[in-house]
Amino acid sequence: MSSTWMTTRAWLLMLPLLAIMIAVIGWPMADTVRLSFTDAKLVGLGGRFVGFDNYVKMLTSGNFQRALYATTWFAVVSVTAEMVIGVLAALLLNQRFYGRAVLRALLILPWALPTVVNATLWRLIYNPEYGALNAALTQIGLLDSYRSWLGEPGTAMTALILADCWKNFPLVALIALAALQAVPRDITSAALVDGAGPFARFRFVVLPYLAGPLMVALVLRTIEAFKVFDIIWVMTRGGPANSTRTLSILVYQEAFSFQRAGSGASLALVVTLIVTVLAVGYGLLVRRAAGSAA
Amino acid sequence: MERRSRLASILIHAAALLLAAVILAPIFWLFVMSISPAADLVAKPLGWWPSHVDFSRYAVLLSTVPNSAGAAFVASLINSILVAGMATLAAIALAIPAGWAVSRTPSVGWSLSLVIATYMLPPVALAVPLYMALAWLGLLNSVFGLALVYLSILAPFTTWLMKSGFDGIPREIEQAAMIDGAGLFTTLRILTLPLAMPIVATSALFAFLLGWDEFFYALLFTSDQRARTLTVAIADLAGGRVSDYGLIATAGVLAALPPVLVGLLMQRALISGLTSGGVKG
Repeated sequence: MSSTWMTTRAWLLMLPLLAIMIAVIGWPMADTVRLSFTDAKLVGLGGRFVGFDNYVKMLTSGNFQRALYATTWFAVVSVTAEMVIGVLAALLLNQRFYGRAVLRALLILPWALPTVVNATLWRLIYNPEYGALNAALTQIGLLDSYRSWLGEPGTAMTALILADCWKNFPLVALIALAALQAVPRDITSAALVDGAGPFARFRFVVLPYLAGPLMVALVLRTIEAFKVFDIIWVMTRGGPANSTRTLSILVYQEAFSFQRAGSGASLALVVTLIVTVLAVGYGLLVRRAAGSAA
Repeated sequence: MERRSRLASILIHAAALLLAAVILAPIFWLFVMSISPAADLVAKPLGWWPSHVDFSRYAVLLSTVPNSAGAAFVASLINSILVAGMATLAAIALAIPAGWAVSRTPSVGWSLSLVIATYMLPPVALAVPLYMALAWLGLLNSVFGLALVYLSILAPFTTWLMKSGFDGIPREIEQAAMIDGAGLFTTLRILTLPLAMPIVATSALFAFLLGWDEFFYALLFTSDQRARTLTVAIADLAGGRVSDYGLIATAGVLAALPPVLVGLLMQRALISGLTSGGVKG
C-alpha cells in the first residue's frame, strides 16, 4: 500500500472528528478573537470595530488586576498544597500497614465526587449559622462564636482553597503512587545497603522516578486552577467584596451578566494567553524532567 | 524491605488513620445530613448523629408527582443522563476511526496533538460565540445543543485514550488478516474492534463522568427543566432559599452515587487511564 494512500485514508478517518472540533472549538475561538475588537453586545446587532479599546480598558482596570491576583493566589496555593499533600499521601500508601488496600480505594472518592457536589458539600460545612465547621471548632473550644467563613473577605479564599485541595490532592497521590510502584525494589535496597538515609534515598533514588509524572500532574492541575470557575461560582460567586472573583468569574460577569460580549471576549483571550504561556513553559520543563529521568 | 522500629510503625498507622479520617469525614457528613431530621441539622450544639434515621428525602427527590421538588430533580437527572450519554456515544463514534488512524499513521499525529492542546483553552473563551450560535440554531436550552457543546471536552479525551488503546494492538495481526483477503473495514470490525473493546468501555466511562460533572456550559446554555442538568439543579438548590439543608445533601448524595460507584468498581481501569497520562506525558 502506498504511503500517500495511507495518509489520505488517515485524514478521511479523522475528518468527522476534525469537522466537529472546528465547529465547537476552532470557529468559536476565531469568533472570540473577532468579537474582542468590537463593542458587540450579547444579544442584538453585531457591534462596531473598536480596535484595541477593549484590551486597553480591561488591562488597565482594577477589576482585572484584582482578578488576576486572586486567580494566581488560588492557583499557586491550592496546587502547591495538592502536590505536597498528594506526594506525602503516596509515600504513606507505599508503606506496608493494615488496611492499606482499603485506604488506596478510598482515595478515589473525593476525586469521583462531582465538582458541584463537592462545592455544595463544603458550602454546607462552612455554613455561618449551622455549619459543621463552626460546630466542631466551638465544641472542642477553638472558637468562641460562629463565623461566616465564606462571608468574610479574610477567610473566603482560604476556605475555597481548602475545599479544592480536598477534592484534588487524591489525583496527585494516585499519579505519584503509580510512579512509586515503578521504582525497582533492588535499587532502593542497594541504596539502603550502601548506607543512604531516608532523605538521601528519597532525593537520589525515588525522586528521579517521580519527577516526570509529577510534572505532568503539576501542569494539569495548574491549567485547571487557572481556569477555575465551578467551585467558586457555587460557593461564593466571586464574593464577598469580590475577594474570590477569579478571571473566569470576571469574564462570565462581563460577557453574560453585563452582556458586554466584546470586552468579555478580550478578557477571555487574555486568560487564554496566560494559560497557554504557562502550559508551554511547563511543557518545556516536562521535556527536561523526562530527559533527566531517562 | 527495611525492618521498621515499633515507633515508625505506630507513626505510619497513625498517619493512615488521619488520612482515612480526612477523606471520609466530609463524605460521611454529607450522608448523615441527608438522613437527619431537619430540626437536628439546625440544633445547637450540633448532635452529629440523627435522633432518628430519616430516608424520606430520597423518596421526596425521586418522586414524579407533577410540579413537586421531586419532579424537577428527576427531570434534571434524566437530562444529565441524556446529555452525558449522547455526548459519550458521539465522542466514541468520532474517536474510534480517528484514534485508529493516528495510531496506524503517525504522520498525521500532529493534528491529534493540536486537538488535545485545546484542553488548555478556558471554556469562557468559547462561550460567547457558542451561545450566539446555539441561539441562532434554536438549540439553547436543548439537550442536543448541550451534548454537541460537550463534544469539545469529551472528544479530544476519548480520541487520545483510543489512540493509546490501538497502539497496544499489534498492527501485524491486521496485516495478516488483510493478506488473507479481508478488506480494511472487515478487519477492523471482526478483529481490531473486539480487541479494543476494553479501552472503548474505559473511554466511554471516563467520557460519561466528564459529561456528568460538567457545570459551566450547562449553567449558560440551559434555563429550565427541558434541559437543565443535575449539576445546575444542585447549584440552584445550594444557592437558593432552601431551608432544609438535608434536602441539598440528599441531592448531592444522589448526584455523587453514579461516579463514586464507577470509581470504586472500575478503580484499576481508571487509575491506569489516569496514570498512563502521567507516565507517557
